[in-house]
This record gives sequence, structure tokens and C-alpha cells, in this order.
Amino acid sequence: MTPASKAPDRDASTPVGTEAVQRPIRTGSGRNLDELTIDALRADRLTAEDFRISREQLNEQAAAAEAGGYRQLAENLRRAAELTGLPNERVFEIYNMLRPGRATRAQLEELARQLEGRNMPRVAAFIFEAAAAYSRRGIAKR
Amino acid sequence: MRSKRFERIAERPINKDTFVKPWPEVGLSTTFSPFDPVPSLTIEDGRLVEMDGVASSDFDLVEEFIARHAIDLGVAPRALAMPSRDIARMIVDINVPRATVLEIVSGCTPAKLVEIVNQMNVLEMMMGLAKMRARRSPANQAHVTNRKENPALLAADAAEAALRGFAEIETTVAVARYAPFNALAILVGSQTARGGVLTQCAVEEATNLRLGFKGLTSYSETLSVYATERAFVEGDDTPWSKAFLASAYASRGVKTRFTSGAGAPALMGHAQGKSMLYLEARSLLATRAAGSQGSQNGSISCIALPESLPDGLRAVTGENLIATLLGLEVASGNDALASHSDIRKAAKLMLQFIPGTDFITSGYGAIPRPDNMFGGGNFDVSELDDWYVLQRDMRIDGGIEPIAEGPALEARARAATALQAVFAAFGFPPITDEEIIAATGAYGSEDMADRDRVADMEAAQELQSGPLTVLDVIKALDAAGYPDVAANILEMQRQRVIGSYLQPSAIFDRDFQVRSALTDPNDYQGPGTGYRVEGDRWAALQDLPQAWEPRTWVDALGTPQASAWLEDIGPAAPGRHMEVVIAVGPAFGGALSRTIGGLDHRDVLQAIVAGLQEERVPARLVRVHHTSDCAFIGHTGAQLSGSGIAIGLQSKGTTVIHRRDLVPLENLELFAQAPNMDLETYHRIGRNSALHALGKSAAPIAVRSDNTARLRLIVQTTLLHRQETQQVQQGRAPMELRWIDGPSGLGNSGDRQ
Repeated sequence: MTPASKAPDRDASTPVGTEAVQRPIRTGSGRNLDELTIDALRADRLTAEDFRISREQLNEQAAAAEAGGYRQLAENLRRAAELTGLPNERVFEIYNMLRPGRATRAQLEELARQLEGRNMPRVAAFIFEAAAAYSRRGIAKR
Repeated sequence: MRSKRFERIAERPINKDTFVKPWPEVGLSTTFSPFDPVPSLTIEDGRLVEMDGVASSDFDLVEEFIARHAIDLGVAPRALAMPSRDIARMIVDINVPRATVLEIVSGCTPAKLVEIVNQMNVLEMMMGLAKMRARRSPANQAHVTNRKENPALLAADAAEAALRGFAEIETTVAVARYAPFNALAILVGSQTARGGVLTQCAVEEATNLRLGFKGLTSYSETLSVYATERAFVEGDDTPWSKAFLASAYASRGVKTRFTSGAGAPALMGHAQGKSMLYLEARSLLATRAAGSQGSQNGSISCIALPESLPDGLRAVTGENLIATLLGLEVASGNDALASHSDIRKAAKLMLQFIPGTDFITSGYGAIPRPDNMFGGGNFDVSELDDWYVLQRDMRIDGGIEPIAEGPALEARARAATALQAVFAAFGFPPITDEEIIAATGAYGSEDMADRDRVADMEAAQELQSGPLTVLDVIKALDAAGYPDVAANILEMQRQRVIGSYLQPSAIFDRDFQVRSALTDPNDYQGPGTGYRVEGDRWAALQDLPQAWEPRTWVDALGTPQASAWLEDIGPAAPGRHMEVVIAVGPAFGGALSRTIGGLDHRDVLQAIVAGLQEERVPARLVRVHHTSDCAFIGHTGAQLSGSGIAIGLQSKGTTVIHRRDLVPLENLELFAQAPNMDLETYHRIGRNSALHALGKSAAPIAVRSDNTARLRLIVQTTLLHRQETQQVQQGRAPMELRWIDGPSGLGNSGDRQ
């Protein structure tokens, strides 16, 4: 289970129905959740990166969703987990490439291979699948 | 010739709505089209090769996406083999748990889902919604926008909406470049009144995503999905690009839900002859396939299209139900104007309101309709009390609670002031103190002075493309003396890092606890289970500010005491003269001194006596002690009257003209609507009674008719009648009365026999 935070009085946000393994929640930047305080913010010790959800945490949430019977949501959260490693602008670029007629099948497959090489297998598989479907249906750029 | 009735009916609001006959070929059919496919599914070598009559090689993008991701092939053969009626009965059967239904439905094709839902009437669909919605506790969402995009007003309106208990607040823009300002305003406003309200700004996808990345919004429901490939492409997306977008939001800890609904494909020209319900089943399966936790559906902005056709609202309820069957959170429409007719609007609402959904409206206009930039909205701020009363009437939690004016003003002022501090810290065009005062007391944007829109838009763009993020907002609020607001917004950011509100149907409660399908799963299984309105929640929902305290009202009548101006002068004996008896109730002129219409009892008596005197008929005054019933008071008086005619007068003013030979519940004239009676009426009652006594003909007295009197005064009637009934003394005989210092002829001039 969960994801939930070990922070005091947050226990009820822990999804139920999964075996609890209480472990500290880390941010995408590697900080402990407990470090995200107003004092740290006042002291300018925190940046926006410190408030990014981590790949591990999203995978935890995916496991909780799966255990709750929400298989497709779990898959989405696992893809999201992989995307935590990309900068915002790169996320926009990929989204735009997936829109109709923006990229050729080869370009999409090249994108997928790149992501595969960056330890993003699920997003890569998803884009390979899109590339084939777009090509079959004439949606890919020619 | 024309019928005046038909003419009048044609002018009714309902007939400003549009009604047409079905035309399936162009998509004008709701729950069934002859071109809808028959459910089917073929699996070969573990692969789905045919679905609803289409071979996989001919799948369009949507069909392929559904086939690959939405349908559980392990369950599908069993689901397709099971009669749809049996599955429909499982949905309604309280003995079949939600999880069992979710499991079998996970193997259903779009056509199978439609066939299941088409077995059900709306009552059964409502049962289905009550059982199948994901979150146990229902909730509601608000629209907060304004025509002038005034940030102080947005903040104040968001604060008020948060105070009312809306779990999500959605804004949008009239002019796109305002988006970051509007997002900021409702974020600060909402978190001033209640931490944990989720907020979003509905704008174009890329802007939307950027606002989410900056932390200025916490959810997004603008991800449109479509039923067909062509519609998707026309929307400049594909199922894969939309699904990627959902993952992108989740990767930054932002909640999303997709949106679709009946009528949209037909409106876009892509219905392909299919029914609205079938097309929506496809959109919903695409939603599930993408891994969205939920759907905003229920026709949304196209609602008038299914409503123009037969079975339209059943189709819309059916699509809400299909969303829940697929395990999706559902924000169930009721957001766009559904009718010119208030009757139709309210009746339509009940389909979601009574069973409860995750969000009963996907946007209740918490602002005046002209300020609603979501096309005006179905309900607006002036109709909130109607909603509250319906909650109280039916003991239903519609997701919001009544608030008093004082706390509302306080929250509005503080929200606008907090935003003023943020604007000052960022060097944005200032929010003036005058604006704060105006926003605090405003009805709508007409109460706000115009701002420099060019300067505002420039600052908004700076916020959008510059380095400022929600962290700067938190710091500004903290430094300016709003530590609680800063703490709430900081907690929203911490929750992003936790991500539990990405689970299905997640909202935050007042203590920042996540309520989702995982933490607050719907466990409805019939009476005594599932969500019940109890305890503090029920106390809050029934506590309307306009509900008055009946005890205080009765106390204000004063302690019951004997009459100071009517004196008992002995038991009343049958009269022998041509007189009319005025028989008054036990409390008359004593425990009670005024009628329900506010007339002083002395003035009432005086008017009656004057009426009698016009015909030179003497009056006798008698108090009846053994009953408080008007008919029996009058009947008793008639037995004592020398002429056989009596006027029975209850203390609350209800009056009857009685005659000795009539049975108690008969009468000559009855004046049951005391609130509508004035002194002139009582005068004419006196005169008519005199005419009856003299055996002359008397035209019945016309009384002003006000059918709403009972609505307004039934409680007062009940309480006054109770006061009178408390003065009843069983077995005590009627007493002759003297009006001390009253007009002659009422027991004080020795003229009694």
C-alpha cells in the first residue's frame, strides 16, 4: 500500500485494502515529505522540483489502484511514473507528436526507442502501439 | 378558431424548448438506432479479432484502443454469453455487491453495455447509480467565473463556494489570456475558506497543462474524448494522445477526468447513424482504456439535443450509469442549461440528485448566470436555496450545505484581501481596497468597477511564462499575514507528492483527508448500508438560515392569560330574541389577541357588530370553552341563538355562519382563509348573518383569494390553533360574555333578555 504519507494525521489518505508498508514518502527530487514545510519554504530551501511526485510514489499509487481493481488507471499511473523523469517541455513535445498528422510512423518509433533507452518501457510500448495504429489508419504524417 | 388554452400552453417555458421526432440516420436517436451493432466478440489465440460486428483489421482508432486496453479478455466470453437482462438485474439487485458487477462489466463491448442499460427504466438506473458510483460520499462541483474577469470577485466567489462545501471549483475565461489570473484567484480564494478544495481552469490543453505544472490548478476535466476516429482527429487528438496527456498530468500529481456525452458526436456530424447511448458507451470505454480515473458526462453542453428526442433523459442517466459500471468517477452533468422550464430542470436533476453521484453537477453556477462563462449554466447562485431545501426535504446530501450571511461576507472579504496581498507581492496591477469592499458585498460583476484589462492581461502572461509558481504564492501569503491560507496551499502541494488524490473519485474532506474509491468506497447494498445522511451532516443540511424557531414565535405571543376586556357573566342560556350569537373560541381576546392576519380581536368584533347593526339585529357574545373547532364553535352558538343564527369565530380569525338546524360540519357560509380576511369582510359577515336571522336572502360574501396563504402561514396556523386548543376545558358550558367598555348590545347595557 501505500503511498500514504507517514506524516502525522495524514494516515487516512492511505488507500485501504492493501498491505501497509509504512515507509517515508520521497519527493521527485529525493527529499523526504516531512521536509516540505513552510519554514523550509521561508528559508528558500525548496524549489518547484521539490514538490514533484516521484516515480516510486506513482508506482506505489499504481499498485494501490491495481489492488483496488482499477487496472487501466494503474497502467496510466505507471506511464506517469516514467514521465516524472522528463522535463515539462519534453512532455509537451511528445504530446504534440502524438496528435494526428504531426509525426511519421518512423518518427514515432524513433521517439519510442529513445524513451525505451531512458528506462521508460511502458510509455515506449504505448507509442509503438500508437505508431502502428496511426500508420494503419492513415493518421500518421506521411 | 383557436383554443385559448392551447394558446396559453404554447406560451409556457416548456414550449420554448425544442422537440423533434427521431431521425437515426443523422444521429437523432437516443437509446436505440437500427444501425447500432449487436453485441459480439471473437477471440482467437488470445487476441480480440472481432468486436460488435467489426473485424479487428477494420477497427478505427477508437475501436482498436478499446479492444487493446478497455476490455478484459479473460472475462469477455462470459460477459457476452450472459443475457443482458441478467446483468441488468445484477446491477439493481442489492444482494449483488458492486465489485461483482464491475468484474462482469469489465468484459463488455460497447454494444453489450448499451443492451444491458436498455433493459432498465430510470428508476432502476437510479438504483444502479446509488450502488455503482465509486465514492460512498456524494459531492458537488462549482463554476466560478465572471464576465469582467475581476480577480477580487473571483477570489471572493471561490471562497463563498468553498464555504458552501463544493469539493471542486472550476473556472474558465472569457478571454484566453486571463487563464493564469483566474486560476490564481480561485486557488487563493478557495483555500482561504477551506483547505483541500480542488480547483481547475478550463482552457486549451497546453495552457491547462502549464497551469497544472505551475501548481496553480489541482485537477483538469477538459480532456475531451470522442466516440469515433474522425471526431477525435477533428478534435486534433487521438485516444493515444489523450491518454498520454492523462499520464502527463498524473506525472505532476494533477487529477484528471475525461469528458464526453450524448449528442456531441451528432452535433459534430460524426454520429454515423448510431444512437447517442451507443456512441457514449464507446467514449466511456475509451476513457477507461486511457486509464482516466473518471468521466464528466451526462451530455454536458449538448444536453438540449438528447432532450429534443424521446427517451433523452433516460439515455443521459444511462450514460452516467455506464460510467459507474466501468469503475469511473462520474461528474454527472446538470451543468449546462437543460430547459426553459424550471419543472423540467428540477425533474431532470432528480435523476442524479436522488441516487447521488461523485459530483451531482459537473459545475453548479455559484455566481449569477450572466457571469457564468460556461455558457450561462443550468443553475445559478440565486437558486442555491432551492437546492438546500431539496436536500432538507428529502434528507439527501447534494454535496453542499447552507451558510449564513455573516460568515459568507467574512470569507469573501478575506479571500479578496489575501489575493490583494499576492498581487502586491508580485507587482501585478493592484487590487484596491474599494474593489475588496465591492467584491465582498457583490451580487455579480455589475457591482465591480472596470479594471485596466490590458495591464491585467500583460501581468497574467507574465505569470504564465515567467518563473513564478505556486511556491511564490505561498510565500507571499505567508509574508503578508495569511499563514493559514499559505498552509492550505502548501498542503495541496504536499498532497501532489503523495498522489493519493489521483485514485478514483478523490476529493479532500475538511481535514485534508482523501475520500476516494479506495478510502471511501461505495458499499451500498440496500437499506441501512452505503451513504446515509446522519449526525452532524444531517444537522448541517437541515439548518437553513431562514428556518425560524417556532418556540420563540409562540413565546412572543405572551403568557396566556384571561381576557382583560371580555368578562364572563354567567352560563349562556338559549336566547328568545331575534339576535345573532357571536360565539368566540376559548383563547379569543385572552390567550390570543390577534387573528393570523394581524387584526386585533376588538376590531374584528366591532366590525361584525357594526354589520349586524346595519340590519338592526342585536348581537350576543358567547365564549365556547369545550372546543376549539370552528364548526363546533359556530354550531354551539347557533343552539344558543334566539334567531338560530350564529357566527363562530376562532381566535386565529377563521369564521363560520351557522344555523341551529344544521349538523355541525354544515354551514351557511365558511371563511376558511383567515389570512385573507380584512375588517370589511368581518363587517359583511355581520350583515349577512343579520340577513339570515331576518330570513332575508343574502348573497354569499366573496373573499379575496390567495392560494399561497396556506404555504406562507400553515405553521403559524398550527401554532395559533394549538394555543387555542390548550385553552379548551372539556365539559365547561358556554359562557355569556360582556365586553367591558365595548359598544352597547354586548352584555353591558342590561339588554340581555
